[in-house]
Amino acid sequence: MSAVLEVEGLGKSFGGIRAVDGVSLRVEEGEIVGVIGPNGSGKSTLFNCILGQLRPSAGTVRIDGRDVTGMRPCDLNRLGVSRTFQLLQVFPQLSVRENLILAGQEHRGTMLSRLVGARDAGLSGAADRMIEFFRLQHVANHPAGELSYGQQKLLDAAMAFMSGPRLALLDEPAGGVNPTMLATLRERLREINRVERATFVVIEHNMDFVMSLCSRIIVLAEGRVIAEGDPAAVRGNPQVIEAYLGH
Amino acid sequence: MTTPLWGRIAAAAALLFLIVTPQGLKPYGLLLLSQWAVFSIAAVGLNLTLGYAGQVSLAQAAFLGVGAYTAALMTTHGWPLWSALLAAGALGFAIGWVLGYPALRVQHHYLAFVTLAFTTLAFLVFRNETWLTGGVYGINRIPRPTLLGWPTARDPLLFYYFCLAMLLLVLAGMWRLTRSPWGRAFIALRENPIRASSLGVDTRAYTLLAFAIGAGLGALAGALYAALVQYIDPSSFTLAESLKFLLMVVVGGSGYFLGPLVGAAISVLLPEWLRFTEGWYLILYAVLVMVLMAWCPSGLLGLLDRLVRRAQRLSHAAPAAPLLGKEPGA
Amino acid sequence: MAGFVQLLISGLATGAIYALAAIGFTLLWQTSQTINFAQGEFVMVPAFFVLAAMRFLELGFWPAMLFGLVVTLVLLGAVFKLALVDPMLKHGVLPLVIATIALAIFIKEWVKNHYTGEAQRFPSMVPSGTVSIGGATLSNHDILVLVVAVAAVVALQLFLTRTVTGRCMQATAQNRAVAIVLGISVQRMILLTFLLNAALVFLASVLISPIYLAKFDNGETLGLVAFTAAIVGGFNQVRGAIAGGFIIGLADNLTAAYVSTQYRTAVPLLLLVAIILFRPQGLLGRAEERTV
Repeated sequence: MSAVLEVEGLGKSFGGIRAVDGVSLRVEEGEIVGVIGPNGSGKSTLFNCILGQLRPSAGTVRIDGRDVTGMRPCDLNRLGVSRTFQLLQVFPQLSVRENLILAGQEHRGTMLSRLVGARDAGLSGAADRMIEFFRLQHVANHPAGELSYGQQKLLDAAMAFMSGPRLALLDEPAGGVNPTMLATLRERLREINRVERATFVVIEHNMDFVMSLCSRIIVLAEGRVIAEGDPAAVRGNPQVIEAYLGH
Repeated sequence: MTTPLWGRIAAAAALLFLIVTPQGLKPYGLLLLSQWAVFSIAAVGLNLTLGYAGQVSLAQAAFLGVGAYTAALMTTHGWPLWSALLAAGALGFAIGWVLGYPALRVQHHYLAFVTLAFTTLAFLVFRNETWLTGGVYGINRIPRPTLLGWPTARDPLLFYYFCLAMLLLVLAGMWRLTRSPWGRAFIALRENPIRASSLGVDTRAYTLLAFAIGAGLGALAGALYAALVQYIDPSSFTLAESLKFLLMVVVGGSGYFLGPLVGAAISVLLPEWLRFTEGWYLILYAVLVMVLMAWCPSGLLGLLDRLVRRAQRLSHAAPAAPLLGKEPGA
Repeated sequence: MAGFVQLLISGLATGAIYALAAIGFTLLWQTSQTINFAQGEFVMVPAFFVLAAMRFLELGFWPAMLFGLVVTLVLLGAVFKLALVDPMLKHGVLPLVIATIALAIFIKEWVKNHYTGEAQRFPSMVPSGTVSIGGATLSNHDILVLVVAVAAVVALQLFLTRTVTGRCMQATAQNRAVAIVLGISVQRMILLTFLLNAALVFLASVLISPIYLAKFDNGETLGLVAFTAAIVGGFNQVRGAIAGGFIIGLADNLTAAYVSTQYRTAVPLLLLVAIILFRPQGLLGRAEERTV
């Protein structure tokens, strides 16, 4: 039984700097795994290597047993992997609904059908359902750039799920979001996980968020995995504490 | 994204103007207007490549040449113009595909250099392969078409309407394209290619298609051009001419729907208006372009857009909807 | 054999001139993201500054050369940077590209209308004559070109790698943010790059005009060669621009002699296309990370 995500011996060097050094991990279907670690520990670089944004210097990445190392991000996305970005990346001039349709349109039909077919690629219904799910009804037709930061974060997450991904990699989804929104976000993520059996890997700095959302935590420091386990175990791990305090 | 009422009225008025006023023009005036319409088609193609997909192409004049020579050879051998138009468009698209495919596999900005190479190569072929293209002597006596029984050879007004109709057809197709999911993908591509890619937008495929379609439109325009001027030689299809198309698109407003028409008007009509300056007109044109780029790089329609938004804000009107058919975010 | 040596030498000579233009082009790109589409015209016009000085100011050759150099440094170096590039750069690369295209038209038309549309002879810095080396006959000018251009390239390399200023320029080109942190005056380095480009194009101009005559439309081919040489060598390395220039000069001459004169201009371009396909970072360049 192959895991949804399998990373083996992944390494990425920039010149002399080893940002990621021999990282291996396994994520099973339906898990919500958190990746934490002090600044500079290589979390974002790890994500970028998995997602094809960067070509790893070493190691392999497997999705459902298939080797996808170095595959282009758009091809990976069509295999069922989606992501959100640390720095908010919605399309500010498009409306909320348009953003969502964009997020789903490349997953149905062909280039040709997208040219001559329906304007909304048949996704208006799905977009509306997503808007309802993330409670964005009152801003559905507003340009995304006019939303509050927290609302944009929700939209960002919604966009990642429009394509019904097998695996979603969320890069600091809680960053800069107020506590009420956070509760909504956490609850919605749990709901998607429960209903769709979607698998998540989450990078986060917000310890409360991560600990309450994730079933398993992986800790990175200086490009290497230094601890792995359930939240309670990781919280008490002396190496983890030192990695954070030592910085 | 609906065009506001005043925009629609303006467009209708402009269309009326383009249909009615030429009836009073002399043949030279009709020639100029027809040339504007034909070059607009080529510029619309380049706008798709540059303004929507963000790729600099330096080969639009070469594609114009490919279409022109195809049509010239076909029509001087008895083939009807419509078949030449189809052949030219298809050939332009095919060459664009072949040129673009490997270049885009590599790195995005290298397409500019490959088109540079192609332009020079095409010119050399036009000039040297005398057995095919007539070399520096070109091809003469290219016939005007007969439209549904009406010969346009002695009726420049009718031929102008034909060119205008082709332009409107192209614009209709382009409108459809920008309103489709492709249009959304292009916006994403332009605003944030990394994010677009992570959502499954195949940036390479869209860019390649934009370039190939742009090339096809350039060749289509070339076929019309051959019928218009009825004599072609290699000097119309040089790198300098390609750069003129680039200027047309940017001066008009890159990424704006009607930008290329404005740019083509400036390029075709400005020399006539500045004729009295005798040789200074290109210098003036160059200075104007430099000033425009420094002051308002989004071109003339961009300038108009800016002014309209400012006026709207001052009068506390509703938030500015995308005007002038512009796909925002460039 | 003698014929081949002759071709080789003259190929290297023109190649050296192309290299000068290509180096300037590459430096401008590296330090300030400027793609100077007017580089060809920049190589064409200094010769006309000199000719104008001789004609209108009635200066002798060497004073006119000095005059031409100063005018080039001021107009194509400082004024170009301050008046055109600086205001444009904040809008992105494309507006600047368009502006330099317009600038090229401007310069070309100015020369054509205010000086002459006819080709002009340009005097060489050495008296005319030939030298015989091992059976091959070489013009004095060819030897001058080789010596001067090679010396210039060597001097430039030494400047860039051995002097403090030169290294600061390289630092600015490779990583502007770090250069600022290190206390390097980035604006001054960029201005220096523009002045350096002006000097290089002046040199290229006075070396090539005696061979090909000074004409207002020389810029088209010269510009094309400069870009091609810069890319063939790998857009992001000065050494590459040098190699690119020499390769194109040689290829051009050898093609014209042994293959066909009609398609000689195509050779550097086909080379370019082949390089892009099989080695996108150019011959000597560094591979860039994929972003998308």
